[in-house]
Amino acid sequence: MVAFAETDASALRIREIRKSFPAPDDPVTKRLVLDGISFSVAAGELVCLIGPSGCGKSTLLRLIAGLDSTDSGELFIGSQPISEPGAERGLVFQDPNLFPWLTVRRNIEAGLVARRVLREKRNEVNEFMRLVGLEAFGGAYPHHLSGGMAQRVALARALINHPKVLLLDEPLGALDAFTRMRMQDEVLRLWENRRTTMLLVTHDIDEAIYMSDRIMIMTQRPGRIDRIITDALPRPRDRSSSDFLRLRSDILELLHFAGDSATA
Amino acid sequence: MNRAAIQSTLAGTEPERDATELTRHGSTLSWRVQWAVPLAALFDLAIHLLFSKRAPAVETHSYSLLMYEIIGVSIVLNIVQRFWMPLRSWMRHMCPIFTAAILLFGVWDVVTLGFQMLPLPYFPGPAAVLRSLISDRGLLLDSTLHSLALLVSGYAVGLLVGLVSGICIGWSGPIRYWGMPLLKVVGPIPATAWIPLAMVISPSAFVSSAGLIALAVWFPVTMLTASGISNTRASYLDVARTLGAGRTYLIFRVAIPAAVPNIFIGLFMGLGASFLTLVVAESVGVKSGLGWYVSWAQGWAEYSKVYAALIIMAAFFSTVMTLLFKVRDRVLVWQKGTIKW
Repeated sequence: MVAFAETDASALRIREIRKSFPAPDDPVTKRLVLDGISFSVAAGELVCLIGPSGCGKSTLLRLIAGLDSTDSGELFIGSQPISEPGAERGLVFQDPNLFPWLTVRRNIEAGLVARRVLREKRNEVNEFMRLVGLEAFGGAYPHHLSGGMAQRVALARALINHPKVLLLDEPLGALDAFTRMRMQDEVLRLWENRRTTMLLVTHDIDEAIYMSDRIMIMTQRPGRIDRIITDALPRPRDRSSSDFLRLRSDILELLHFAGDSATA
Repeated sequence: MNRAAIQSTLAGTEPERDATELTRHGSTLSWRVQWAVPLAALFDLAIHLLFSKRAPAVETHSYSLLMYEIIGVSIVLNIVQRFWMPLRSWMRHMCPIFTAAILLFGVWDVVTLGFQMLPLPYFPGPAAVLRSLISDRGLLLDSTLHSLALLVSGYAVGLLVGLVSGICIGWSGPIRYWGMPLLKVVGPIPATAWIPLAMVISPSAFVSSAGLIALAVWFPVTMLTASGISNTRASYLDVARTLGAGRTYLIFRVAIPAAVPNIFIGLFMGLGASFLTLVVAESVGVKSGLGWYVSWAQGWAEYSKVYAALIIMAAFFSTVMTLLFKVRDRVLVWQKGTIKW
């Protein structure tokens, strides 16, 4: 249970969320996946959520996106309660999930078409293609793109709706180390450029330290928020600075400790 | 082929053009390839003339004319290809196939007309079939057009109904609950088994035959469309919903495009079934079309006409099939390089 300041300025507010799923081997008993999650994210903030695999990070994002419903608890986007998926909460998965039958340009347009505002906002498509550096690939189909390019298209596709919160579910998890670091800078650039509130789920501690304003550490089964760490390192951050490394070893220790307490 | 060429062929790419490759494949067509077709035609001609006493003069005449034409055209092409690269690569690819086909005519001629190893009138020689093709061309053309009209109307109806029912069954749980058992019970019955019923119900033979073809097309199209729609990757639907998509977008812009590769499998299966149903329906009900022509010619024991109609059918059906492949290549351009059939 974590105390948090209840300010109406927060873009995303989550209170006492519980979620359980039927156990795979025995559908009658329910397994608690999220146990009383509470936190809030301020407008313009970039918050990372890290934790061991299976701690319910992705489940939490799906709840915020409105793709699943909670057992109990409240979710607010601004002052609106969340009940179903909506364009004000963008979601980018680890798999870019581009529509393979649409070109890059049409993929980026998809949100505008879905909301029936393409005619008014057509000029924004070029802007977002430029923003992610893909203006030359508008006519290409997704299977021609590299992993990093595909993920940039997925980012542009989510951002074109001007979401109040962008939910990122390990978006860089499938990329190789070099592309990954480049894409971290890319996401940071988009964040600084647009000041979109971002909630980034990752299992990469370096990524969390490199990118976030705050890092929330989750424990496993049932998932709880164990600790929230403010990451106040000056930007742009240096992955090899002593402060960075100190924070890293602190978190590693915490995670190790968190792991022990969960099994105890 | 050297090893590099074999490897690159395995990898599906063009072989590297080193110096030897250029002289062998690149700039000129080898003499063997150039002369294979005219020599094969000459061989056929020689064989036929050897046995021509047994054939009516008119058959020999048109058969020889065809062979002269093949020889003439291939010699002209041999000259043109020196100046026109696309023709050259096409000829390099196609000449062996054409040669084999022409030689088969010769073998056919030897077996039938030459040594009369097969009983007449069931197995006429190629010259007789060619003569029937020419002499009956008016009726054959008319029959082809009738078959085409019947095929197109039946296929179109089956396609439309199949798409609609497939989309409904694939998308909606309740419709799947009620529709799927019906589909599973009624669908596998061959459309031709309904012929007795169709003859009783419908006002005209054309309508009943078109209905049977539609039924034959409907089943595979519905089945494959439904499975394509219901197997749409959940993550595509999730993404679309977080982009603000409503139900219309989810169905028409996510589920249906995602199902199109599957739908095309249904369209091809339906096309095969529609050919079968077309020929059967025409030979028992409708008094026109290629199916009718075949059974009519058989009734008069004019087997050379039967074979002539079979040749037309082969050309007709494979053209329709090729057209569908072209449509698929256009529609599924986003899959280019990933589909292998």
